[in-house]
Amino acid sequence: MTARPAPFAPRDYSLTGPESARAVEAGLASADWYHSDVPRKVMKELMQRRDGPALRDTALWLGLLVISGAGGVATWGTWWAVPFFVVYGVLYGSACDSRWHECGHGTAFRTSWMNDVVYQIASFMVMRNPVSWRWSHARHHTDTIIVGRDPEIGHFRPPQLLLTALHFVGIPDIWLHFRVLARNAAGIITPDEADYIPQTERPKAIFAARVHVAIHAAAVIGALASWSVLPLMLIGGPRIYGAWHMVMTGLIQHGGLAEDVLDHRLNSRTVYINPVSRWIYWNMNYHIEHHMFPMVPYHALPRLHALIKDDLPMPDPSILAAYRGMIATLWRQQSDPAYTQFRALPSTARPYRADLHQFDAPQRGVA
Amino acid sequence: MTQWIKVCAVDDIDPEDVMRFDHDGRSFAVYRSAKGEVFATDGLCTHEQVHLADGLVIDDTIECPKHNGRFNYRTGAPLRAPVCVALATYPARVVGGMIEIAVGGSA
Repeated sequence: MTARPAPFAPRDYSLTGPESARAVEAGLASADWYHSDVPRKVMKELMQRRDGPALRDTALWLGLLVISGAGGVATWGTWWAVPFFVVYGVLYGSACDSRWHECGHGTAFRTSWMNDVVYQIASFMVMRNPVSWRWSHARHHTDTIIVGRDPEIGHFRPPQLLLTALHFVGIPDIWLHFRVLARNAAGIITPDEADYIPQTERPKAIFAARVHVAIHAAAVIGALASWSVLPLMLIGGPRIYGAWHMVMTGLIQHGGLAEDVLDHRLNSRTVYINPVSRWIYWNMNYHIEHHMFPMVPYHALPRLHALIKDDLPMPDPSILAAYRGMIATLWRQQSDPAYTQFRALPSTARPYRADLHQFDAPQRGVA
Repeated sequence: MTQWIKVCAVDDIDPEDVMRFDHDGRSFAVYRSAKGEVFATDGLCTHEQVHLADGLVIDDTIECPKHNGRFNYRTGAPLRAPVCVALATYPARVVGGMIEIAVGGSA
């Protein structure tokens, strides 16, 4: 285990600061990334779109939402409401993220309008502007964890562990997200947002934010009028009390791994997780595979993983194991922010290419 | 005068698929529809300059492999964000079992 001894200059994670220009200068922006070899015929088969799996999963998701929500309302005021809202909260406040993500890519369903409908519903639940986040996520895929370019970097260095922990109860997250929605609803697009949202799309982003804010305002008015938090337990509130699963799975996607590299094997993490979490998360635990081949629908990711796993670092065997590695790295980054968790490759993999990244050996940590 | 360039045998491209074709420093995407018709567009996505031939043909659309933006490959029209700018299209034909495209100018 080695660490870079040189002093660490705090980095600017904004998209309009000096790090952005540095990334462009270093050839890290819109660069060519490493891809594992998959024959075109096989990839074509993996990329095929189907409505069936997502229709089944969406019917189950919405059905369980209605049943658990109705159960919570019917038993409101008793302890029986707790298990109903535990389920409802996760389905609303966590499963929304993976539906938002997959439908935003347009890969969940073969039929375009189905992707769009679920995308809009899930965007509202997750409190993300459906227009601006589409562009934000496109940039995340172009420049994954490139400082100054990627607007979706979840871990800044040095890490703030308490703030990260608070995300599990949605507190900083909902504040940040709702503040963005409110700002957009007021017609304001920040310079960072303007960096990735084309001019022609900005009025659409403002309109969408106004619709979202209006629905949330209606829920607040309903709560005040009825003098009950029940309306907020059903709308908006699950983004606080049910977001823990989304945060649990989301933090380990890239946490503790390398910045400014051009190989997803170094900055993304694949983790084996339980089947219930995989359903909630729509298989995004295969995160290296998703970033390498974002055209592959969620239901085909396990097959893609089986095909290329010999070219990837060994997956973490569980969520707990992933957290062990990530937390140890984040802990160390508090005093040594340049330290990263290095993902060792198996002997069957093609080695990391020095010409594809800026990953200098002294930065490396352990696998 | 239109300059027709030989690309490949028509059977080299599966129905409902696409192939990359580089010529004279330019990159093209050549398509074969499910009905066997052939089409040609610029080879790079107008959003981030990614080779479309690595993408997926679905009906009349080509989906970019990087960000899932879609174009109608018959017209070049952008259909799905993040693509906003149309693709240039080029005349394509089959002569004697060979696909040819006219690369002198856009269709």
